[in-house]
Amino acid sequence: MSTDTTSADFKSVIVPPPADSLVLECRKLDFYYGTHQALFGVDLPVKRNAITALIGPSGCGKSTLLRTINRIYDLYPGQRAEGEILLDGENILGPKVDVTSLRARVGMVFQKPTPFPMSIYDNVAYGVRLHQSKSKAEMDELVETSLRRAALWDEVKDKLNKSGLGLSGGQQQRLCVARGIAVNPEVLLLDEPASALDPVSTAKLEDTLEELKRDYTIVIVTHNLQQAARLSDYTGFMFLGKMIEFGPTEEVFVKPKVAKTGEYIGGRFG
Amino acid sequence: MSARAARRQIASQVFVVVCGMATLIALFALGLILYSLLKQGIGGLNLAVFTQDTPGPDSAGGLRNAIVGSIMMCGVGMLIALGVGILAGTWLAEIGGDTPYGHAVRFLNDVLLSAPSILVGLFVYQILVFPGPLSLGTYSGWAGAVALAILATPIVTRTTEDILNLQPNALREAGMALGGSQFITIRRIIWKAAGAGLLTGGLLGFSRISGETAPLLFTSLNNNYLDFNMGHFMGSVPVVMYNFALSPYESWNKLAWAGALLVAAAVLAVNIIGRWMAREQTK
Repeated sequence: MSTDTTSADFKSVIVPPPADSLVLECRKLDFYYGTHQALFGVDLPVKRNAITALIGPSGCGKSTLLRTINRIYDLYPGQRAEGEILLDGENILGPKVDVTSLRARVGMVFQKPTPFPMSIYDNVAYGVRLHQSKSKAEMDELVETSLRRAALWDEVKDKLNKSGLGLSGGQQQRLCVARGIAVNPEVLLLDEPASALDPVSTAKLEDTLEELKRDYTIVIVTHNLQQAARLSDYTGFMFLGKMIEFGPTEEVFVKPKVAKTGEYIGGRFG
Repeated sequence: MSARAARRQIASQVFVVVCGMATLIALFALGLILYSLLKQGIGGLNLAVFTQDTPGPDSAGGLRNAIVGSIMMCGVGMLIALGVGILAGTWLAEIGGDTPYGHAVRFLNDVLLSAPSILVGLFVYQILVFPGPLSLGTYSGWAGAVALAILATPIVTRTTEDILNLQPNALREAGMALGGSQFITIRRIIWKAAGAGLLTGGLLGFSRISGETAPLLFTSLNNNYLDFNMGHFMGSVPVVMYNFALSPYESWNKLAWAGALLVAAAVLAVNIIGRWMAREQTK
Protein backbone atom coordinates (compact mmCIF):
# COMPACT_ATOMS: atom_id res chain seq x y z
CA MET A 1 0.00 0.00 0.00
CA SER A 2 1.22 3.46 -0.83
CA THR A 3 1.86 5.91 2.00
CA ASP A 4 1.13 8.88 -0.27
CA THR A 5 -2.19 9.42 1.38
CA THR A 6 -3.69 12.36 3.20
CA SER A 7 -5.09 12.28 6.68
CA ALA A 8 -8.53 12.86 5.22
CA ASP A 9 -8.44 9.25 4.02
CA PHE A 10 -8.56 7.94 7.58
CA LYS A 11 -11.44 7.77 9.93
CA SER A 12 -10.18 7.90 13.47
CA VAL A 13 -11.17 5.27 15.97
CA ILE A 14 -11.10 6.41 19.58
CA VAL A 15 -11.72 4.01 22.47
CA PRO A 16 -11.64 6.40 25.43
CA PRO A 17 -11.07 5.45 29.07
CA PRO A 18 -14.11 5.72 31.36
CA ALA A 19 -15.33 9.33 31.32
CA ASP A 20 -15.04 9.81 35.08
CA SER A 21 -11.37 8.80 35.07
CA LEU A 22 -10.27 11.57 32.71
CA VAL A 23 -8.07 14.39 33.97
CA LEU A 24 -7.31 15.94 30.60
CA GLU A 25 -9.11 15.91 27.29
CA CYS A 26 -8.26 17.44 23.93
CA ARG A 27 -11.30 17.94 21.72
CA LYS A 28 -11.24 18.77 18.02
CA LEU A 29 -7.82 20.37 18.38
CA ASP A 30 -6.37 22.20 15.38
CA PHE A 31 -2.89 23.67 15.50
CA TYR A 32 -1.20 26.13 13.17
CA TYR A 33 2.42 27.14 12.67
CA GLY A 34 1.60 30.42 10.98
CA THR A 35 -0.44 29.37 7.96
CA HIS A 36 0.71 25.75 8.06
CA GLN A 37 -1.78 23.49 9.80
CA ALA A 38 -0.10 20.74 11.84
CA LEU A 39 -2.99 19.21 13.79
CA PHE A 40 -6.41 18.38 12.37
CA GLY A 41 -9.28 17.92 14.82
CA VAL A 42 -7.29 15.81 17.26
CA ASP A 43 -9.08 14.11 20.15
CA LEU A 44 -7.04 12.88 23.09
CA PRO A 45 -8.60 11.61 26.31
CA VAL A 46 -6.04 11.24 29.13
CA LYS A 47 -6.72 8.97 32.09
CA ARG A 48 -5.73 9.97 35.60
CA ASN A 49 -2.75 8.15 37.16
CA ALA A 50 -1.95 6.31 33.98
CA ILE A 51 0.65 6.55 31.27
CA THR A 52 -0.59 7.63 27.87
CA ALA A 53 1.82 7.14 24.98
CA LEU A 54 1.74 9.00 21.67
CA ILE A 55 3.32 7.17 18.75
CA GLY A 56 3.60 7.84 15.04
CA PRO A 57 6.13 8.62 12.33
CA SER A 58 8.27 11.77 12.43
CA GLY A 59 6.37 14.94 11.71
CA CYS A 60 2.97 13.44 12.53
CA GLY A 61 2.27 16.05 15.22
CA LYS A 62 2.99 14.11 18.44
CA SER A 63 5.29 16.75 19.87
CA THR A 64 3.06 19.54 18.62
CA LEU A 65 0.14 17.99 20.46
CA LEU A 66 2.20 17.72 23.63
CA ARG A 67 3.32 21.32 23.36
CA THR A 68 -0.24 22.60 23.25
CA ILE A 69 -1.10 20.95 26.56
CA ASN A 70 1.05 23.34 28.63
CA ARG A 71 0.79 26.12 26.03
CA ILE A 72 4.56 26.31 25.67
CA TYR A 73 3.86 27.23 22.02
CA ASP A 74 2.73 30.62 23.36
CA LEU A 75 6.39 31.66 23.38
CA TYR A 76 6.37 31.80 19.60
CA PRO A 77 4.25 34.40 17.85
CA GLY A 78 2.32 32.94 14.93
CA GLN A 79 1.66 29.58 16.54
CA ARG A 80 -1.93 29.05 17.62
CA ALA A 81 -4.30 26.32 18.69
CA GLU A 82 -8.04 26.06 18.09
CA GLY A 83 -10.47 23.70 19.74
CA GLU A 84 -10.63 22.69 23.37
CA ILE A 85 -8.23 21.24 25.91
CA LEU A 86 -10.07 20.52 29.12
CA LEU A 87 -7.99 20.18 32.29
CA ASP A 88 -10.29 19.24 35.16
CA GLY A 89 -13.15 20.50 33.02
CA GLU A 90 -11.65 23.94 32.36
CA ASN A 91 -10.64 24.92 28.83
CA ILE A 92 -6.98 25.89 29.08
CA LEU A 93 -6.96 27.44 25.62
CA GLY A 94 -9.33 30.14 26.89
CA PRO A 95 -8.11 33.75 26.93
CA LYS A 96 -8.42 34.17 30.68
CA VAL A 97 -6.17 31.26 31.60
CA ASP A 98 -3.09 32.18 33.62
CA VAL A 99 -0.34 30.36 31.73
CA THR A 100 2.17 30.44 34.56
CA SER A 101 -0.11 28.62 36.97
CA LEU A 102 -1.19 26.29 34.15
CA ARG A 103 2.45 25.33 33.63
CA ALA A 104 2.81 24.63 37.33
CA ARG A 105 -0.05 22.14 36.93
CA VAL A 106 1.26 20.62 33.71
CA GLY A 107 4.98 19.85 33.87
CA MET A 108 7.19 19.03 30.92
CA VAL A 109 10.42 17.11 30.30
CA PHE A 110 12.14 17.72 27.00
CA GLN A 111 13.91 15.56 24.45
CA LYS A 112 17.37 16.76 25.37
CA PRO A 113 18.22 17.10 29.05
CA THR A 114 17.99 20.77 30.03
CA PRO A 115 19.59 21.15 33.47
CA PHE A 116 19.77 24.76 34.61
CA PRO A 117 23.24 26.25 35.18
CA MET A 118 23.02 25.91 38.96
CA SER A 119 23.48 23.30 41.66
CA ILE A 120 21.58 20.02 41.66
CA TYR A 121 19.68 21.20 44.73
CA ASP A 122 18.76 24.52 43.15
CA ASN A 123 17.67 22.79 39.94
CA VAL A 124 15.03 20.91 41.88
CA ALA A 125 14.13 23.84 44.13
CA TYR A 126 13.89 26.31 41.24
CA GLY A 127 10.33 25.61 40.18
CA VAL A 128 9.08 25.31 43.75
CA ARG A 129 10.53 28.71 44.66
CA LEU A 130 8.59 30.27 41.77
CA HIS A 131 5.28 29.28 43.24
CA GLN A 132 5.61 28.98 47.01
CA SER A 133 7.93 29.93 49.84
CA LYS A 134 9.17 27.11 52.01
CA SER A 135 11.44 26.89 55.01
CA LYS A 136 14.91 25.45 54.53
CA ALA A 137 13.90 22.18 56.22
CA GLU A 138 10.74 21.80 54.13
CA MET A 139 12.69 22.51 50.96
CA ASP A 140 15.42 20.03 51.91
CA GLU A 141 12.77 17.38 52.38
CA LEU A 142 11.00 18.19 49.13
CA VAL A 143 14.26 18.12 47.17
CA GLU A 144 15.10 14.73 48.67
CA THR A 145 11.67 13.24 47.97
CA SER A 146 11.68 14.52 44.42
CA LEU A 147 15.15 13.15 43.74
CA ARG A 148 14.23 9.81 45.34
CA ARG A 149 11.12 9.54 43.18
CA ALA A 150 13.19 10.26 40.11
CA ALA A 151 15.56 7.46 41.24
CA LEU A 152 18.48 9.86 41.36
CA TRP A 153 18.92 10.46 45.08
CA ASP A 154 21.50 7.76 45.77
CA GLU A 155 23.68 8.98 42.94
CA VAL A 156 23.70 12.66 43.89
CA LYS A 157 23.05 12.87 47.64
CA ASP A 158 26.71 13.65 48.34
CA LYS A 159 27.01 16.37 45.72
CA LEU A 160 23.80 18.36 45.92
CA ASN A 161 25.78 21.59 45.78
CA LYS A 162 27.65 20.62 42.63
CA SER A 163 26.48 21.95 39.27
CA GLY A 164 23.74 19.97 37.55
CA LEU A 165 25.72 20.33 34.33
CA GLY A 166 28.31 17.89 35.65
CA LEU A 167 25.93 14.91 35.63
CA SER A 168 25.75 12.32 32.86
CA GLY A 169 23.03 12.62 30.23
CA GLY A 170 20.81 10.02 31.90
CA GLN A 171 21.26 11.61 35.30
CA GLN A 172 20.51 15.03 33.84
CA GLN A 173 17.27 13.73 32.36
CA ARG A 174 16.21 12.22 35.68
CA LEU A 175 17.15 15.54 37.31
CA CYS A 176 14.72 17.20 34.89
CA VAL A 177 12.06 14.69 35.91
CA ALA A 178 12.76 15.44 39.60
CA ARG A 179 12.55 19.16 38.85
CA GLY A 180 9.24 18.61 37.07
CA ILE A 181 7.60 16.60 39.85
CA ALA A 182 8.90 18.86 42.64
CA VAL A 183 6.19 21.40 41.80
CA ASN A 184 3.67 18.57 42.12
CA PRO A 185 1.95 18.87 38.73
CA GLU A 186 -1.25 17.04 37.88
CA VAL A 187 0.06 16.03 34.49
CA LEU A 188 3.65 15.40 33.42
CA LEU A 189 4.43 15.67 29.70
CA LEU A 190 7.51 13.90 28.35
CA ASP A 191 8.73 14.58 24.83
CA GLU A 192 10.87 11.62 23.75
CA PRO A 193 12.70 11.75 27.08
CA ALA A 194 14.88 8.72 26.34
CA SER A 195 15.93 9.51 22.79
CA ALA A 196 19.28 10.97 23.89
CA LEU A 197 19.96 8.26 26.50
CA ASP A 198 21.80 4.95 26.45
CA PRO A 199 19.87 1.69 27.12
CA VAL A 200 20.79 1.50 30.82
CA SER A 201 19.72 5.09 31.49
CA THR A 202 16.57 4.48 29.45
CA ALA A 203 15.67 1.47 31.59
CA LYS A 204 16.18 3.52 34.76
CA LEU A 205 14.03 6.32 33.39
CA GLU A 206 11.28 3.85 32.48
CA ASP A 207 11.35 2.37 35.99
CA THR A 208 11.01 5.89 37.32
CA LEU A 209 7.95 6.56 35.17
CA GLU A 210 6.32 3.29 36.29
CA GLU A 211 6.74 4.44 39.87
CA LEU A 212 5.49 7.93 39.17
CA LYS A 213 2.20 6.94 37.59
CA ARG A 214 0.82 6.07 41.00
CA ASP A 215 0.77 9.77 41.82
CA TYR A 216 0.90 11.53 38.49
CA THR A 217 -0.72 11.42 35.11
CA ILE A 218 1.89 10.98 32.42
CA VAL A 219 1.74 11.68 28.69
CA ILE A 220 4.80 10.50 26.80
CA VAL A 221 5.80 10.97 23.17
CA THR A 222 8.06 8.21 21.96
CA HIS A 223 9.61 6.88 18.78
CA ASN A 224 10.31 3.62 20.49
CA LEU A 225 7.36 1.27 20.03
CA GLN A 226 8.65 -1.26 22.56
CA GLN A 227 8.84 1.54 25.08
CA ALA A 228 5.24 2.53 24.40
CA ALA A 229 4.11 -1.08 24.66
CA ARG A 230 6.04 -1.73 27.88
CA LEU A 231 5.14 1.46 29.69
CA SER A 232 1.81 2.78 28.69
CA ASP A 233 -1.77 2.02 29.63
CA TYR A 234 -3.24 3.88 26.69
CA THR A 235 -1.72 4.58 23.29
CA GLY A 236 -2.58 7.09 20.61
CA PHE A 237 -1.31 6.55 17.05
CA MET A 238 -0.96 9.74 15.08
CA PHE A 239 -0.40 10.20 11.37
CA LEU A 240 -0.25 13.35 9.27
CA GLY A 241 -1.58 15.53 12.05
CA LYS A 242 -4.54 13.33 12.90
CA MET A 243 -5.26 10.99 15.77
CA ILE A 244 -5.78 7.78 13.81
CA GLU A 245 -6.39 5.39 16.62
CA PHE A 246 -6.58 5.69 20.38
CA GLY A 247 -7.29 2.99 22.92
CA PRO A 248 -5.89 0.69 25.59
CA THR A 249 -2.28 -0.09 24.68
CA GLU A 250 -2.85 -3.83 24.39
CA GLU A 251 -5.69 -3.42 21.93
CA VAL A 252 -3.82 -0.89 19.82
CA PHE A 253 -0.76 -3.09 19.62
CA VAL A 254 -2.35 -6.54 19.40
CA LYS A 255 -5.49 -5.96 17.36
CA PRO A 256 -5.53 -2.44 15.95
CA LYS A 257 -8.85 -1.36 14.50
CA VAL A 258 -7.35 0.79 11.74
CA ALA A 259 -5.19 -0.82 9.06
CA LYS A 260 -2.72 2.07 9.11
CA THR A 261 -1.97 1.51 12.81
CA GLY A 262 -1.16 -2.12 12.13
CA GLU A 263 1.13 -1.17 9.27
CA TYR A 264 3.05 1.30 11.45
CA ILE A 265 3.38 -1.09 14.38
CA GLY A 266 4.32 -3.89 12.03
CA GLY A 267 7.17 -1.75 10.75
CA ARG A 268 5.88 -1.39 7.21
CA PHE A 269 6.47 2.38 7.25
CA GLY A 270 7.59 5.08 9.67
CA MET B 1 46.21 8.11 -3.94
CA SER B 2 44.05 9.64 -6.64
CA ALA B 3 44.96 12.91 -8.29
CA ARG B 4 42.10 14.68 -6.58
CA ALA B 5 43.12 13.50 -3.12
CA ALA B 6 46.69 14.58 -3.79
CA ARG B 7 45.50 17.99 -4.89
CA ARG B 8 43.47 18.35 -1.71
CA GLN B 9 46.44 17.32 0.40
CA ILE B 10 48.60 19.98 -1.22
CA ALA B 11 45.92 22.68 -0.92
CA SER B 12 45.42 21.78 2.72
CA GLN B 13 49.13 22.03 3.47
CA VAL B 14 49.46 25.34 1.63
CA PHE B 15 46.66 26.83 3.70
CA VAL B 16 48.09 25.51 6.94
CA VAL B 17 51.42 27.17 6.12
CA VAL B 18 49.73 30.45 5.15
CA CYS B 19 47.65 30.47 8.33
CA GLY B 20 50.71 29.68 10.42
CA MET B 21 52.66 32.51 8.85
CA ALA B 22 49.84 35.01 9.36
CA THR B 23 49.71 33.97 13.03
CA LEU B 24 53.46 34.37 13.34
CA ILE B 25 53.36 37.87 11.86
CA ALA B 26 50.62 38.92 14.29
CA LEU B 27 52.46 37.39 17.24
CA PHE B 28 55.72 39.00 16.14
CA ALA B 29 54.12 42.46 16.08
CA LEU B 30 52.53 41.83 19.46
CA GLY B 31 55.85 40.62 20.84
CA LEU B 32 57.62 43.75 19.56
CA ILE B 33 55.03 46.00 21.19
CA LEU B 34 55.23 44.17 24.50
CA TYR B 35 59.03 44.14 24.34
CA SER B 36 59.40 47.88 23.80
CA LEU B 37 56.66 48.54 26.34
CA LEU B 38 58.48 46.49 28.98
CA LYS B 39 61.91 47.81 28.06
CA GLN B 40 60.90 51.47 28.18
CA GLY B 41 58.20 51.20 30.84
CA ILE B 42 59.96 49.20 33.54
CA GLY B 43 62.62 51.89 33.92
CA GLY B 44 60.02 54.52 34.70
CA LEU B 45 58.09 52.35 37.18
CA ASN B 46 58.72 53.07 40.85
CA LEU B 47 56.73 53.74 43.99
CA ALA B 48 56.53 57.45 43.19
CA VAL B 49 54.40 56.62 40.11
CA PHE B 50 51.62 55.59 42.49
CA THR B 51 52.18 58.05 45.32
CA GLN B 52 52.94 61.35 43.59
CA ASP B 53 50.97 63.48 41.18
CA THR B 54 52.07 64.47 37.71
CA PRO B 55 55.14 66.73 37.92
CA GLY B 56 55.91 70.07 36.34
CA PRO B 57 58.27 70.24 33.36
CA ASP B 58 61.58 68.49 33.82
CA SER B 59 60.99 67.45 37.42
CA ALA B 60 60.21 64.17 39.21
CA GLY B 61 56.73 62.94 40.06
CA GLY B 62 54.20 60.19 39.47
CA LEU B 63 50.84 59.38 37.90
CA ARG B 64 48.65 59.09 41.01
CA ASN B 65 46.09 61.70 39.92
CA ALA B 66 45.86 60.19 36.44
CA ILE B 67 45.55 56.61 37.73
CA VAL B 68 42.75 57.59 40.13
CA GLY B 69 41.00 59.56 37.39
CA SER B 70 41.24 56.68 34.92
CA ILE B 71 39.91 54.16 37.45
CA MET B 72 36.98 56.39 38.38
CA MET B 73 36.01 57.33 34.84
CA CYS B 74 36.44 53.80 33.47
CA GLY B 75 34.52 52.43 36.47
CA VAL B 76 31.56 54.76 36.07
CA GLY B 77 31.71 54.38 32.28
CA MET B 78 31.62 50.57 32.55
CA LEU B 79 28.73 50.67 35.05
CA ILE B 80 26.68 52.69 32.57
CA ALA B 81 27.80 50.54 29.63
CA LEU B 82 27.02 47.25 31.40
CA GLY B 83 23.61 48.47 32.54
CA VAL B 84 22.52 49.81 29.17
CA GLY B 85 24.39 47.24 27.07
CA ILE B 86 23.19 44.10 28.83
CA LEU B 87 19.59 45.30 28.90
CA ALA B 88 19.69 46.39 25.25
CA GLY B 89 21.40 43.16 24.14
CA THR B 90 18.90 41.10 26.09
CA TRP B 91 16.01 42.98 24.52
CA LEU B 92 17.45 42.39 21.05
CA ALA B 93 18.04 38.68 21.64
CA GLU B 94 14.97 37.76 23.66
CA ILE B 95 12.17 40.19 22.98
CA GLY B 96 12.15 42.75 20.19
CA GLY B 97 15.04 41.78 17.91
CA ASP B 98 12.78 40.77 15.03
CA THR B 99 10.64 43.90 14.94
CA PRO B 100 11.43 46.83 12.62
CA TYR B 101 12.41 48.83 15.69
CA GLY B 102 14.72 45.98 16.73
CA HIS B 103 16.40 45.96 13.31
CA ALA B 104 16.90 49.73 13.56
CA VAL B 105 18.41 49.44 17.04
CA ARG B 106 20.79 46.68 15.91
CA PHE B 107 21.86 48.70 12.86
CA LEU B 108 22.49 51.86 14.86
CA ASN B 109 24.40 49.87 17.46
CA ASP B 110 26.65 48.49 14.72
CA VAL B 111 27.23 52.00 13.43
CA LEU B 112 28.12 53.17 16.93
CA LEU B 113 30.42 50.18 17.29
CA SER B 114 32.69 51.57 14.61
CA ALA B 115 32.19 55.27 15.27
CA PRO B 116 35.49 57.17 15.59
CA SER B 117 36.10 57.82 19.26
CA ILE B 118 37.00 61.44 18.63
CA LEU B 119 33.49 62.03 17.27
CA VAL B 120 32.02 60.57 20.44
CA GLY B 121 34.23 62.91 22.46
CA LEU B 122 33.12 65.87 20.38
CA PHE B 123 29.46 64.87 20.80
CA VAL B 124 29.72 64.64 24.57
CA TYR B 125 31.63 67.92 24.62
CA GLN B 126 28.80 69.58 22.71
CA ILE B 127 26.13 68.15 25.02
CA LEU B 128 27.71 68.15 28.47
CA VAL B 129 30.58 70.66 28.37
CA PHE B 130 29.70 73.41 25.90
CA PRO B 131 27.08 75.76 27.38
CA GLY B 132 23.61 74.41 26.64
CA PRO B 133 20.51 72.99 28.33
CA LEU B 134 22.20 69.75 29.55
CA SER B 135 25.64 71.21 30.06
CA LEU B 136 27.48 70.63 33.31
CA GLY B 137 29.20 73.95 32.64
CA THR B 138 32.76 72.66 32.69
CA TYR B 139 35.07 69.88 31.63
CA SER B 140 34.43 67.11 34.15
CA GLY B 141 35.01 63.50 35.11
CA TRP B 142 31.31 62.85 34.52
CA ALA B 143 31.56 64.00 30.92
CA GLY B 144 34.62 61.76 30.46
CA ALA B 145 32.79 58.77 31.96
CA VAL B 146 29.79 59.34 29.67
CA ALA B 147 32.06 59.50 26.61
CA LEU B 148 33.75 56.23 27.62
CA ALA B 149 30.34 54.65 28.31
CA ILE B 150 29.16 55.54 24.81
CA LEU B 151 32.19 53.74 23.39
CA ALA B 152 31.79 50.62 25.54
CA THR B 153 28.00 50.25 25.35
CA PRO B 154 27.75 49.01 21.73
CA ILE B 155 30.42 46.39 22.44
CA VAL B 156 28.54 45.10 25.48
CA THR B 157 25.22 45.20 23.59
CA ARG B 158 26.60 43.26 20.65
CA THR B 159 28.32 40.59 22.75
CA THR B 160 25.27 40.20 24.98
CA GLU B 161 22.98 39.65 22.00
CA ASP B 162 25.37 37.18 20.36
CA ILE B 163 25.90 35.20 23.56
CA LEU B 164 22.20 35.02 24.42
CA ASN B 165 21.42 33.83 20.90
CA LEU B 166 23.76 30.91 21.54
CA GLN B 167 21.70 29.72 24.50
CA PRO B 168 19.50 26.78 23.45
CA ASN B 169 15.78 27.45 23.11
CA ALA B 170 15.17 24.29 25.10
CA LEU B 171 16.59 26.07 28.15
CA ARG B 172 14.12 28.95 27.74
CA GLU B 173 11.26 26.50 27.26
CA ALA B 174 12.33 24.46 30.28
CA GLY B 175 12.37 27.59 32.42
CA MET B 176 8.97 28.70 31.23
CA ALA B 177 7.55 25.16 31.43
CA LEU B 178 8.02 25.27 35.19
CA GLY B 179 5.76 28.28 35.33
CA GLY B 180 8.32 31.07 35.40
CA SER B 181 7.64 34.34 33.60
CA GLN B 182 9.87 35.36 30.71
CA PHE B 183 11.57 37.96 32.90
CA ILE B 184 12.40 35.48 35.66
CA THR B 185 13.58 32.88 33.16
CA ILE B 186 15.94 35.36 31.51
CA ARG B 187 17.22 36.74 34.80
CA ARG B 188 17.70 33.51 36.73
CA ILE B 189 18.51 30.99 33.99
CA ILE B 190 19.53 32.54 30.69
CA TRP B 191 21.81 35.25 32.12
CA LYS B 192 23.35 32.68 34.40
CA ALA B 193 23.96 30.23 31.57
CA ALA B 194 25.50 33.05 29.56
CA GLY B 195 27.48 34.47 32.49
CA ALA B 196 30.96 33.85 31.10
CA GLY B 197 29.97 35.37 27.76
CA LEU B 198 28.43 38.46 29.37
CA LEU B 199 31.65 38.90 31.33
CA THR B 200 33.61 38.67 28.09
CA GLY B 201 31.51 41.51 26.69
CA GLY B 202 32.34 43.60 29.74
CA LEU B 203 36.04 42.81 29.43
CA LEU B 204 36.06 43.71 25.73
CA GLY B 205 34.36 46.98 26.54
CA PHE B 206 36.81 47.75 29.32
CA SER B 207 39.80 46.88 27.15
CA ARG B 208 38.49 49.21 24.47
CA ILE B 209 38.04 52.25 26.69
CA SER B 210 40.96 51.86 29.09
CA GLY B 211 43.41 53.33 26.59
CA GLU B 212 41.10 55.86 24.92
CA THR B 213 42.54 59.37 24.72
CA ALA B 214 40.53 61.20 22.09
CA PRO B 215 37.13 61.18 23.83
CA LEU B 216 38.70 62.41 27.08
CA LEU B 217 40.58 65.33 25.54
CA PHE B 218 37.34 67.29 25.10
CA THR B 219 35.48 66.03 28.11
CA SER B 220 37.54 65.48 31.24
CA LEU B 221 40.52 67.44 29.89
CA ASN B 222 43.25 66.90 32.47
CA ASN B 223 44.07 67.73 36.07
CA ASN B 224 47.54 67.89 37.55
CA TYR B 225 46.27 67.38 41.11
CA LEU B 226 44.60 64.46 42.81
CA ASP B 227 40.85 65.11 42.80
CA PHE B 228 38.10 62.61 43.62
CA ASN B 229 35.32 64.97 42.57
CA MET B 230 34.02 63.87 39.21
CA GLY B 231 32.40 67.25 38.73
CA HIS B 232 35.86 68.76 38.23
CA PHE B 233 38.48 68.44 35.51
CA MET B 234 39.95 64.98 35.78
CA GLY B 235 43.32 63.53 34.87
CA SER B 236 43.61 60.20 33.11
CA VAL B 237 46.53 57.96 32.18
CA PRO B 238 45.98 58.05 28.39
CA VAL B 239 45.74 61.86 28.26
CA VAL B 240 48.85 62.23 30.44
CA MET B 241 50.62 59.74 28.17
CA TYR B 242 49.59 61.78 25.13
CA ASN B 243 50.85 65.03 26.64
CA PHE B 244 54.04 63.63 28.16
CA ALA B 245 55.10 61.44 25.24
CA LEU B 246 55.07 64.48 22.93
CA SER B 247 57.06 66.63 25.36
CA PRO B 248 60.81 67.26 25.12
CA TYR B 249 61.42 66.40 28.80
CA GLU B 250 62.98 63.03 29.56
CA SER B 251 61.23 62.63 32.94
CA TRP B 252 57.84 63.14 31.26
CA ASN B 253 58.72 60.68 28.50
CA LYS B 254 59.63 58.09 31.11
CA LEU B 255 56.31 58.61 32.92
CA ALA B 256 54.44 58.24 29.62
CA TRP B 257 56.05 54.84 29.06
CA ALA B 258 55.30 53.82 32.63
CA GLY B 259 51.68 54.84 32.06
CA ALA B 260 51.52 52.78 28.86
CA LEU B 261 52.85 49.75 30.72
CA LEU B 262 50.31 50.30 33.50
CA VAL B 263 47.36 50.43 31.08
CA ALA B 264 48.54 47.26 29.33
CA ALA B 265 49.07 45.51 32.67
CA ALA B 266 45.65 46.60 33.93
CA VAL B 267 43.88 45.25 30.83
CA LEU B 268 45.79 41.98 31.15
CA ALA B 269 45.06 41.68 34.88
CA VAL B 270 41.35 42.43 34.48
CA ASN B 271 41.10 39.86 31.69
CA ILE B 272 42.86 37.16 33.70
CA ILE B 273 40.76 37.82 36.80
CA GLY B 274 37.60 37.85 34.70
CA ARG B 275 38.37 34.52 33.02
CA TRP B 276 39.29 32.98 36.35
CA MET B 277 36.02 34.16 37.91
CA ALA B 278 34.05 32.78 34.98
CA ARG B 279 35.74 29.40 35.35
CA GLU B 280 35.16 29.30 39.10
CA GLN B 281 31.50 30.06 38.55
CA THR B 282 30.91 27.15 36.22
CA LYS B 283 32.63 24.64 38.51
